Amino acid sequence: MAIGRPAEAAADIREATGRRGWLATMVEFCRERPLGAIGAAVVVVNIVVGLGANVIAPYDPVATDYGAMLARPSTAHWLGTDAFGRDVLSRIIYGSRTAMLVGFACAFFGATAGAVIGVASAYFAGKVDLLVQRVMDIFLAFPLIILALAVVSILGTGIGNVIIAIAIPMIPRAALVARSSALAIREMPYVDAARAAGFRHRRIILRHMLPNVMAPYLIMLTAFLGQAILAEASLSFLGLGVSEPIPAWGLMLRGAAVQFAESAPWMAIFPGVAISLAVFAFNLFGDSLRDALDPRLRAQ
Amino acid sequence: MTKYIVKRLLLMIPTLLGVAVLIFFLMRIVPGDIVELRFAGESSYAQKETLDTERARLGLDKPIWRQFVEWMGGLVRLDFGTSMWTGAPITEEIRLRFALSLQLAIMATIVAIVLAIPLGVIAALRQDTWVDYVVRIISIAGLATPSFWLGIVFILGLLIVFKWLPPMVYTPFWVDPVQNLAQLIWPALAVGYRYSAVATRMTRSAMLEVLREDYIRTARAKGLWEKLILSRHALKNAMLPVLTVIALEFAFLIGGLVVTEQVFNLNGLGMLFVEAVAHRDYTLTQALVMLVAFVFIFVNFLVDLAYAWLDPRIRFR
Repeated sequence: MAIGRPAEAAADIREATGRRGWLATMVEFCRERPLGAIGAAVVVVNIVVGLGANVIAPYDPVATDYGAMLARPSTAHWLGTDAFGRDVLSRIIYGSRTAMLVGFACAFFGATAGAVIGVASAYFAGKVDLLVQRVMDIFLAFPLIILALAVVSILGTGIGNVIIAIAIPMIPRAALVARSSALAIREMPYVDAARAAGFRHRRIILRHMLPNVMAPYLIMLTAFLGQAILAEASLSFLGLGVSEPIPAWGLMLRGAAVQFAESAPWMAIFPGVAISLAVFAFNLFGDSLRDALDPRLRAQ
Repeated sequence: MTKYIVKRLLLMIPTLLGVAVLIFFLMRIVPGDIVELRFAGESSYAQKETLDTERARLGLDKPIWRQFVEWMGGLVRLDFGTSMWTGAPITEEIRLRFALSLQLAIMATIVAIVLAIPLGVIAALRQDTWVDYVVRIISIAGLATPSFWLGIVFILGLLIVFKWLPPMVYTPFWVDPVQNLAQLIWPALAVGYRYSAVATRMTRSAMLEVLREDYIRTARAKGLWEKLILSRHALKNAMLPVLTVIALEFAFLIGGLVVTEQVFNLNGLGMLFVEAVAHRDYTLTQALVMLVAFVFIFVNFLVDLAYAWLDPRIRFR
C-alpha cells in the first residue's frame, strides 16, 4: 500500500480497522433497524419540543383563563383546557421539558454512579467486592417508594430532589450489570499491563476498565431513561414529585383530571398519551441499540 | 443440597439486618415526629409537657441505640409491636391490607402469564415476521404505559361506554366473590399488562436462545412432532428465566403498587406505606419495610432454589 495523502491514509486506516464515520454508522443503523430509528426520531422531537417549549407552545402553560375552563378540544385549544382554563397542549409541551430533564439527569447519574461502583467492585475483588455486593443487595431489597418518600420528606419536593429520589435506586441495578461485565475485563492483559506500569487504582478503573463497559452502560442508560420518566410521573401523581404550577405530565393527571374525567376526559387522556409515547420511543430506540451493541445478539 | 439451602438462608440475615438499620435511621432523619404531627392538628399550640409525656409513652424519649436494640429484640421474637398512630397491634393493621395486595398480585400474575407465554412463544417461532413485530410493539407499549394511567383509562371507558363504575369499596373475596372480582379485575388488568410485557420479552428471547440449541436440532432430526419438541424440549428449558422475571415482578407487586391503589381507591400495602410515612409512624413503617424486603429476598431465594432444582447443570457451591 503506497503512502498517499493524509486523508487517503486515514480512509485506509478506517477501512482496515472497520471504523466508519458517525454519519455512515447512523445511516446504517436507520436502514437495519427502522423501529429503532423511529424511536430515535421521536426522542429527538421530544428533546426539541422540550428545549423550544417557549417558542412552540401556543399559550403560557401557567396562565389561567376562567372564561375557558374545561373547554373541549377546539381550534383555539387543540387538546382542550383544564379546570383552571390552562391550555392542555401547552402544558404537555412544557411538560416535555420536565420529563426530559428528569429522564436524562436520573439515567446519567444512576448509570454512571452504578457503573463506577460496579467496575471498582470487580477490580478490587475479594472483601471489598463482597461488601459492596451486600450493600447493593440491601438497597435492592429496600422498597423503592419508601426511599423516594424518605428523600422527598427530608429534602422537600422539587425537580432536583425528585432526580435524587429516582436515581438512587438505579445505582445498585447498574452496578450489578457493570460488575458482571467488568469481571471479564479485569482478567485482560492490558489491565495487568497497567498495573505493572504502576498506575494508580483510580486511573486503571476510570481510564482502562470503565470505557470497556461502554456497551452495557449505554444499554442501561437508555433503559433508565424511560423508567425515570415513568417514575417521575408516578411520584408527581402522588404529589411527591414536581409541584404545581410547574407543568409535568404526571402532575396533570392528578386531582382535577380524575375528578372531571367524565365531563373532560381530554385532561386525563392526553398527558398519559404523552408519557406513553415518550417512554415507548426511548424503549424502541434502546432495544435496537441493545441489539446493535450486544455482540452475542449480533453474532446470530 | 441441604448445605446450599442453609447457606442461602443464613445469607439472608445480614441483608435483612442492613435493611433494618437503613429504615430505622432513615425514618429518624426525616424531619418531624408523630407527636408533633398529632398535636399540630388539634390545637395551634400544645404544651411542651404534653408532647414530652406523649413521647415518653411511645418510648421516643429513650436514646436512639436503645430504641433500636428494643426494636431488634422484638423482631427476633417476631413481635412487631403496636402502631404508634392507632395503637393497634401491627400484625392486625397489616393483615387485611396484605390480603388485598396479595390477591391483586396473584390476579395480575395470572393475567401476565396467560398473555405472556403464548405471545412470547409465537413471536419467537415467527421471528422477524409481522407477527413478531406486532408482539414486540405490544410488549414495548406495555412497558411504556403507566399502569395507573391505564387504570384511569379503564375507569373512564367503563363510565363512558357502559355507564358503569367498578365498586370503589373493598369487599373481601370470602364475603362476596363477585363484588370482589368486579373491583379487583380492573387494577389486575392494568398492572398485568405491564407485567406481561416484561414476561413476554423474556419468553421470546429465552425461546430464541433455546431453539438454537443442539438438542432441539437432534429432536427435529429424530423426526419428533414439532408440538412435542416445543412443549417438552423447548418451552420447558426456556421457562427458567421467565420464571425469574415473573417471580421478581410478583415480589415487587406486594407493596409496590402505591399509585394504582390510589387510582382504584384500594387500601393495600402501598397506601398503608404512604400513610405510615406521612404520620411518621416509625413502628408501622419499619414493620412494612421489613415485610416487603423479606418477601423480595425470600422470592429471590426461591428463584435460586428453583434454578438449582430444575437445571442439573447448575451445581451448588
